[in-house]
Amino acid sequence: MKALRMILVAATALSAATAASATDLEVTHWWTSGGEAAAVAELAKAFDATGNHWVDGAIAGSGGTARPIMISRITGGDPMGATQFNHGRQAEELVQAGLMRDLESVAEAEHWRDIIRPSSLLDSCTIDGKIYCAPVNIHSWQWLWLSNAAFDKAGVAVPKNWDEFVAAAPALEKAGIIPLAVGGQPWQAAGAFDVLMVAIAGKDTFYKVFKDKDADVAAGPEIAKVFKAADDARKMSKGTNVQDWNQATNLVITGKAGGQIMGDWAQGEFALAGQVAGKDYTCLPGLGVNEIISTGGDAFYFPKLDDPEKSKAQEVLASTLLAPATQVAFNLKKGSLPVRGDVDLAAANDCMKKGLEILQKGNVIEGTDQLLSADSQKQKEDLFSEFFANPSMTPEDAQKRFADIIASAD
Amino acid sequence: MTEQVHARRPSQLLRNLNSKIASIPMILTASVVFFGGTIWTIVYSFTNSKLLPRLKWVGLDQYERLWSAPRWIISIENLAIYGILSLIFSLLIGFVLAAFMDQKIRFENTFRTIFLYPFALSFIVTGLVWQWILNPDFGVQSIVRSLGWTDFTFNPLYTQSIVIYGILIAALWQGTGLVMCLMLAGLRGIDEDIWKAARVDGIPMWKTYVFVIIPMMRPVFITTLVIIASGIVRVYDLVVAQTSGGPGIASEVPAKYVYDYMFQAQNLGQGFAASTMMLITVSIVIIPWAFLEFGGKKRG
Repeated sequence: MKALRMILVAATALSAATAASATDLEVTHWWTSGGEAAAVAELAKAFDATGNHWVDGAIAGSGGTARPIMISRITGGDPMGATQFNHGRQAEELVQAGLMRDLESVAEAEHWRDIIRPSSLLDSCTIDGKIYCAPVNIHSWQWLWLSNAAFDKAGVAVPKNWDEFVAAAPALEKAGIIPLAVGGQPWQAAGAFDVLMVAIAGKDTFYKVFKDKDADVAAGPEIAKVFKAADDARKMSKGTNVQDWNQATNLVITGKAGGQIMGDWAQGEFALAGQVAGKDYTCLPGLGVNEIISTGGDAFYFPKLDDPEKSKAQEVLASTLLAPATQVAFNLKKGSLPVRGDVDLAAANDCMKKGLEILQKGNVIEGTDQLLSADSQKQKEDLFSEFFANPSMTPEDAQKRFADIIASAD
Repeated sequence: MTEQVHARRPSQLLRNLNSKIASIPMILTASVVFFGGTIWTIVYSFTNSKLLPRLKWVGLDQYERLWSAPRWIISIENLAIYGILSLIFSLLIGFVLAAFMDQKIRFENTFRTIFLYPFALSFIVTGLVWQWILNPDFGVQSIVRSLGWTDFTFNPLYTQSIVIYGILIAALWQGTGLVMCLMLAGLRGIDEDIWKAARVDGIPMWKTYVFVIIPMMRPVFITTLVIIASGIVRVYDLVVAQTSGGPGIASEVPAKYVYDYMFQAQNLGQGFAASTMMLITVSIVIIPWAFLEFGGKKRG
């Protein structure tokens, strides 16, 4: 009993001591794949350099698993110091309920409104004129990752666009290679469809469907073409017996699959495997058809805390995340694009340079996370994961259900 | 003297006062958490609450949407298949195993440990283990193929039509051990003399089991049934670990629908509507049974 009490006293003293020297700030996120973990370590390093301490709260299993945990902690009165969300509409109601703090003071001091581009990124953080989140990167979904080795083995040239890729599929299959890797997580199938939509139907149609929620366009001939392509994609994806996206990427890295439609975060996996863009793998932005990238991304939100020390540390973290050095180090590891245009990215690789060029030209669209509510996104995921897995579901039926979802979307 | 005590006895309410005070926390928990929570859920299922609960009435909209969602229909079908089969098989396998164990075999303790061991694992672990065993690229299928049968296909988790049986296998592996133990306890509770009497009368062993022993084990069967049934309705983690509801939505279950729509889709109203439907389904089964079980006894 006495020993136990001693231990308790010692533990209390110890925690008091650490609290005095530096402010611990717990940061929750879902960056757990190899490339992502390497990237988040850069953020932690930069924050620790300010004299505070980054307490890592990684939650495995991607956003779908992590977000509910984060939200229930915030609404349940046990908020963390900062948390990742895909900015856009995921944290909308938390902000409206007054659970999040605004970052106006930091944003003013650091001129976020001038340096962050495209401006739509900051717009997605803004509710009632106040900035509530710090964007850290630009995610673009619109990439087709190809394994050069797989195409060598099949004896066909590495495709330069989607049509060539579809045409090369039979040769790949003959060589025992899965043409297109699509993992079992529902968001992968839904994301692949959105990418096909931008590439095949174009930016205007994309906006008509997801921004204006025009159900007639969603049921129309333009989208029918997209469903035809999605039909090709699901035939090509047969035999992908994996669940997680990085396992699917790994099939491409090891040459077991020809390609994968996945966001730029896949590049972190290629980099970690020691592969070189252009030599070992090829990336086609916009599937090589329509070079547009979406600019959704990851951002950090800061729940309201009672402790003034921690609130101060939150501000330090927010400005650290957007510091030029942090932006470069983080995005090089992650394979995504920095949110500010004034940083030096001489070290960027082939694929990242392609992305930067498209960004420079202004060929950008908003991501679906920014346009649709989580509810509509989930219904879309259900539809496309069923469509990709169930060969007896015709593209026509799927399109009808898609139009229904758009008609009731908010 | 006794008369006096009887007259002075306070109201029925204050009898056994200590035990009544002691059970107050339990009564409060039951009424506030279980009953209150249930009512709260049902009330909010008629609202369009999104991420946070809000009292904005929408009538039966959430229920209409629920029953027109293909995923919910598939979930219900899966639960029916999984539920009926796992009920039958875990009772059957559990009882047969227990009957064998009851034959005074050697190393009974060792066998009992082996059979009960899977129950000590969490569903997530069981699910992951069976995800690997059933994965065609490095599980059973690839092992059999590497032994020479190159045409062998056993790919339940990635085949739409049979994925639910792949989950059933894992559930049985995990659950039958416990059923066996319960049954074994029941069998041990049967008087030796009954066996002796049956043997004297020359009744074959299987007949003794079917006509004498099993009817005598009715309470054990009911306990087991309740345990299995509650496990069936809330099956969630096994599906998440093995298939995440895939391929597509072929192995979705109601509990997963509730979770996904409450938290991932940030649509509490829809999740509440689905959980209310689950509650109704359970009550349809439970209430008639409870009447038969408890109501009948009093009359008899």
